[in-house]
Amino acid sequence: MTAELAEPASKIELPAHIGGGGDIPSFDVHLRVRRYNPEVSDESTWDDFHVTMYGTDRVLDALHKIKWEIDGSVSFRRSCAHGVCGSDAMRINGRNRLACKTLLKDLDTSKPITVEPIKGLPVEKDLIVDMEPFFQSFREVMPFLINRGHEPTKERLQSAEDRERFDDTTKCILCAACTSSCPVFWTDGQYFGPAAIVNAHRFIFDSRDDAGDMRLEILNDKEGVWRCRTTFNCTEACPRGIQVTQAIAEVKQAILSRKI
Amino acid sequence: MQVHKYDVVIVGAGGAGMRAAIESGQRAKTAVLTKLYPTRSHTGAAQGGMCAALANVEEDNWEWHTFDTIKGGDYLVDQDAAEVMAKEAIDAVLDLEKMGLPFNRTPEGRIDQRRFGGHTRDHGKAPVRRACYAADRTGHMILQTLYQNCVKHNVEFYNEYYVLDLLTVEEDAVREDGTTYKQKRVAGVVSYDLASGELHVFQAKSVVFATGGAGKVFKTTSNAHTLTGDGMGIAFRRGIPLEDMEFYQFHPTGLAGLGILLSEAARGEGAILRNSEGERFMERYAPTIKDLAPRDIVARSMANEVREGRGCGPNKDYVLLDLTHLEPAHIDAKLPDITEFARTYLGVEPYTEPVPVFPTAHYAMGGIPTNITAQVLQDNDTVVPGLYAAGEVACVSVHGSNRLGTNSLLDINVFGKRAGIAAAEYAKTAEFVDLPVDPEAYTLDLLDHVRTSDGTEKVAAIRKELQDTMDANMQVFRTADTLNQVLTDIASFEERYQRISVQDKGKRFNLDLLEAVELGFLLELAKVMTVAALHREESRGGHFREDFPERDDDKFMKHSMAYKDEHAPADGSAVTAETTAGIRLATKPVVFTRYEPMVRKY
Repeated sequence: MTAELAEPASKIELPAHIGGGGDIPSFDVHLRVRRYNPEVSDESTWDDFHVTMYGTDRVLDALHKIKWEIDGSVSFRRSCAHGVCGSDAMRINGRNRLACKTLLKDLDTSKPITVEPIKGLPVEKDLIVDMEPFFQSFREVMPFLINRGHEPTKERLQSAEDRERFDDTTKCILCAACTSSCPVFWTDGQYFGPAAIVNAHRFIFDSRDDAGDMRLEILNDKEGVWRCRTTFNCTEACPRGIQVTQAIAEVKQAILSRKI
Repeated sequence: MQVHKYDVVIVGAGGAGMRAAIESGQRAKTAVLTKLYPTRSHTGAAQGGMCAALANVEEDNWEWHTFDTIKGGDYLVDQDAAEVMAKEAIDAVLDLEKMGLPFNRTPEGRIDQRRFGGHTRDHGKAPVRRACYAADRTGHMILQTLYQNCVKHNVEFYNEYYVLDLLTVEEDAVREDGTTYKQKRVAGVVSYDLASGELHVFQAKSVVFATGGAGKVFKTTSNAHTLTGDGMGIAFRRGIPLEDMEFYQFHPTGLAGLGILLSEAARGEGAILRNSEGERFMERYAPTIKDLAPRDIVARSMANEVREGRGCGPNKDYVLLDLTHLEPAHIDAKLPDITEFARTYLGVEPYTEPVPVFPTAHYAMGGIPTNITAQVLQDNDTVVPGLYAAGEVACVSVHGSNRLGTNSLLDINVFGKRAGIAAAEYAKTAEFVDLPVDPEAYTLDLLDHVRTSDGTEKVAAIRKELQDTMDANMQVFRTADTLNQVLTDIASFEERYQRISVQDKGKRFNLDLLEAVELGFLLELAKVMTVAALHREESRGGHFREDFPERDDDKFMKHSMAYKDEHAPADGSAVTAETTAGIRLATKPVVFTRYEPMVRKY
């Protein structure tokens, strides 16, 4: 329930610094972008670009500046540009991140910034990978609510505590930053990977769902949760701040105890 | 070229497209074509909520919701459509809950509800808690839930298939009054497979357009890079009119300078706007509901504060969204994402500092005209058999001249569902229409022209200039002079567009080519919006003409209908009442049921 709030003051004294800030600083960045186009060559190469960027610019802005002003063939996916659609996961300075959520000023701009496609999925062109194996794993965990009970005329009730139980894993945007940061996934493409497990977790721990046992059975497979080596790469990579490794641990625990 | 055959083809995999697919997929052989992956669609960026008069936390009923929607749209709403939407809202929310959507809950375990702009108790007496929500990620949850259910129902997706043409045939037909006309009929669509660069023709009995909006005509926008009005542009080029395109919504609270959306839910949860003097200025503009006035009013008030010198910052060009009187725990529970946006992108801590905000281009109220069954109209009342549209691409019209917050998530669910059912039911009895000869010829020409052109103009440069002039001249305040400036600019952009070239000449993931094609749609739509805005010499909802500051019901209580007409004079400077710059304007009556237009005060 929304808390009742006191009416805020009609007028307040604003601190002097509010809205200050002055000019936006500009700086030069050097991007090293991994290029690959099988129409041209079977080999991938590094291309170097130098661009002038501004204070609030992100890696995506730099990639756009390159594409729009220097080399139109540089190819990458993007859409929302503020970290909610999951299109632009890539390896930036060796770490999986969303290009639209990585501010240039937070990187060390005294050195070249490397930008590569995420690992473990076949590269199609430049920073674009084939996402189909990733979505295939997602589909295999039955990522949808299964309720065998009588359908109520109004909503199913769920306590705020039960809703909170799986809140963290509802935040997933399927960007693949976690799965493609996982060393097990790199060496064994059959492994479901963290994202699929996160999405299974989202339903296993939803009090309205009746198919937790089936999902636990799927994840008890040899390519399931037991492949996880708890390296925490996934948690570190998640742009939504999901505690991915913890979610995987909770699924492991649920398989062992069969108590959801 | 490959040819595929489906009963129903849905173009677009956002909320409206996937809601349609869930219905259609269970009734007929259905394919969904999207230029992205389904979960990338911009429905996922919607934040605050979806209104329905569930009355879970306080008294409410769908008739009040209908009234609010009509008044919010400044009486340009088709009232039959608004009734359908408000009435079916309740089932639309319950459908989503049953599909698994994790709504926030009340202590009793019911779906929680909160306040939102323009949604009121008993015809405007006070704000009402009507918005069902999941933190400030309601759109994300809707998009994920719908995709999950598409997986459940084995909906067939063609990802990264960019639809570039609508295939129709025309037959001679006679109206009841004996006059003749050309009846359009749907045959299918042509799509461009981004991965391979190959064209794929989809023959279909029914086609549902659910391609979303066109926010990228503006520079400062909450919209995704991919929202380039493709569906509207395709339909327009194929002789379907566009309705009410002058009405574009500017969301009050975009992060200053960036346009990234900060949900109205912030104000629904108690945040307020302040100017450089620390004043809660909405008390002056909307004394009753203040910061929860509809978006057009709040956006205009903000722009006015800035114009009168009470803006903040070094350039005095934004105002402040103040959450500092709210408990941090409350902010974390209800508004986690937007506060993170403020931290990530502006480095501002919303617990302790107000957040710089300014209006951001957000939503097209207009679009492809449909009736309440989501059937597309080729004129004021002739249905195109087999063609449907739903969501932002469509104009039913439930939003009139200004959409209320949350009503777009509602629109996609109510009319997406209606479109999916209607398209599948139609396909059950209809026959396939024969494809035209060389169905891909037009698309092939379009692509070849761009790919082989060796001009010197750059797509990104023209697009930037278009966005700059639209922000400067077609935004919250408009005059004949500013609008004519836009038309003059667009005429020169169109001329330059003929001389563009792309650097990427390959077939595989040629996104350089894609952006060039998208720019073609943007130019076309910006022109339609501006011509319609120039012709509407009044101020209503999201369309504010400083040279005509009053609403004029005698002359303009009607929808505008823009048709592509090559015979209209191409000279944008000489605007006549009916035609300009290749566009013919007509009007369509507003549907009234029981609400008489009143002065719109809050």
